[in-house]
Amino acid sequence: MDTGREQAVLTVDGVDALFAALRDQGYRVVGPTLRDQAIVYDDISGAADLPRGWTDEQDGGHYRLTRRDDDALFGYVVGPHSWKQFLHPPRQRLWSARREDGGTEVTAEVTPPGRFAFIGVRACELNAIAIQDRVFLGGPFADPHYQARREDAFFVAVNCGQAGGTCFCASMKTGPKVEAGFDLALTEILDDGGSRFLVEIGSDAGRDVLVSLPKTAATEQDRSVASEIVARTTRSMGREMPDGDIRELLLANLEHSRWDDVAERCLTCGNCTMVCPTCFCTTVEDASDLAGVETSRERRWDSCFTMDFSYIHGGSVRTSARSRYRQWMTHKLATWIDQFGSSGCVGCGRCITWCPVGIDITEEVRAIRGGG
Amino acid sequence: MAKASRPRLAVWKFASCDGCQLSLLDCEDELLAVADAIDIAYFMEATRGRISGRYDLSLVEGSITTPHDAERIRDIRRISDVVITIGACATSGGIQALRNFADVREYTSIVYARPDYISTLATSTAIADHIRVEFELRGCPINKRQLLEVVSAYLAGRKPVTPAHSVCVECKLRGTVCVMVAHGTPCLGPVTHAGCGALCPSYNRGCYGCFGPMETPNAPALSQHLAELGMEDRAIARLYSTFNADAEPFREERERHGP
Ligand code: SF4
Ligand code: SF4
Ligand code: SF4
Ligand code: SF4
Repeated sequence: MDTGREQAVLTVDGVDALFAALRDQGYRVVGPTLRDQAIVYDDISGAADLPRGWTDEQDGGHYRLTRRDDDALFGYVVGPHSWKQFLHPPRQRLWSARREDGGTEVTAEVTPPGRFAFIGVRACELNAIAIQDRVFLGGPFADPHYQARREDAFFVAVNCGQAGGTCFCASMKTGPKVEAGFDLALTEILDDGGSRFLVEIGSDAGRDVLVSLPKTAATEQDRSVASEIVARTTRSMGREMPDGDIRELLLANLEHSRWDDVAERCLTCGNCTMVCPTCFCTTVEDASDLAGVETSRERRWDSCFTMDFSYIHGGSVRTSARSRYRQWMTHKLATWIDQFGSSGCVGCGRCITWCPVGIDITEEVRAIRGGG
Repeated sequence: MAKASRPRLAVWKFASCDGCQLSLLDCEDELLAVADAIDIAYFMEATRGRISGRYDLSLVEGSITTPHDAERIRDIRRISDVVITIGACATSGGIQALRNFADVREYTSIVYARPDYISTLATSTAIADHIRVEFELRGCPINKRQLLEVVSAYLAGRKPVTPAHSVCVECKLRGTVCVMVAHGTPCLGPVTHAGCGALCPSYNRGCYGCFGPMETPNAPALSQHLAELGMEDRAIARLYSTFNADAEPFREERERHGP
């Protein structure tokens, strides 16, 4: 894999040393780990906390962990969490106020720098973060909370060694090879000797950390094996987004009967939006105490599948499941392009896997396009 | 706040288990603040109260199951400015609404030695079926944080924050792994009203629907999925026949699968 970037090879111990070095530099190290029979993102203290030797089986509305027949550290794809849990957390206080004798004192919430080191970030996820960057930082107003968490984040990316049953990054052109937005990128090479990692340097910060680690030079053979791994992953995508101009297709079919069909199946539960790494919508909730002295305002993840979401004076605008599913899908795949300059979907497959009834966004597009 | 200006609160009980009222006593840390902010004028669980005068806020627990209670709830409405029902019994008839699908006389003749002493209605119904209510708080039992929110909102004159979306949203807010997708455990969360903070899934159990139907439940679609997970019709019917059995979307779904 010749990307023109500097490369080296780490062992499993080298990866462990990488996490320790990041911690020494004051990073909060967050990565994949096992919990409740799933691979979630949480604080990890070393390579031993990674889901070593596990993989995930995914399909519409279906996720199961199974053992691999090797000890791969990154032998799975993305799970129920995404990095937005950390960069754009479910709840964010905005301000609080206190009534004193003569008046009211308002305190704006200040979010301290997150200083996250994210481990095992996949190509689709880096693309999702780039999309949320445009949403939160791209316009005339930067969101200070997102900015504080995002600014000094360190990314240890991973090139996927296999695709999941609901993955379709290849057809969205967002993976599986990580292209940009990382500090270090690993490709896990598995052979009789266990795992070793071809590491690619993506930034000065990445180079600085790597300097102190035990490593060897990358050989020509390492590079070609790594390329073959990514090529194989590209060929094994579980799903595929139909090609062609999807924006045009959806906007020309706003009254298609398929919207009624999906409305029969959709639970309007909102899971798809909650797990989507690019969905960013929030509502605000106010709290006041019993004594009427303190109050605060918090924003929390909302979903275009709730009635409150489209509530304006007199009621909700999108009362039917049809209108809500259509809003979600047309925003994600069509009007997002007008708004932010790219599709809002990176093909991670989460909305398919974590939809309790397995509604599949690629399948819905295919049905609207017709002709199979 | 000066004592004289504190709103007068009453807590009334109808056919119920007392669990929701106890949620108020369960607010140990906040109870003093509650007592500071409102005058708890009638509350059988906590005081030897008197029923006199008017009440600014009446919290009503329990369902209407007797002719006498059907009268009493009207009196309470008359002497209350604001009526808020608390819990599944008051809001949908509770578990005792299972009688609505059976012959009550038959029940009483089996259960009681002298069924002729029993004066009861054929149904267990929600308070809102009898009087106008200002707000209904869900849950079996209610969540104490939500109860405090409703009282705080009442005092501040604002709308309480009690979203009517699915329990799934709460699962995702707390980062809980979905028990249905990841474990194959049947879960009513997608059709159930939020409020508990997704308690059961956080203990690796499916939701039993104790907060009743969410704002736009699609129970038939969920049932079909439960059937695909291997649940039989009878089991599906039973799943909808608990604390909110007579809430319309759950009742209809039970009927589609039940005997
Ligand atoms: S729409 Fe679905 S597949 Fe696309 S980014 Fe969101 S969760 Fe992933
Ligand atoms: S598409 Fe699936 S996850 Fe999304 S709201 Fe509908 S049922 Fe829920
Ligand atoms: S566990 Fe139940 S409530 Fe939670 S997301 Fe899954 S289906 Fe919804
Ligand atoms: S998860 Fe369901 S059954 Fe459990 S407390 Fe919440 S609403 Fe009730």
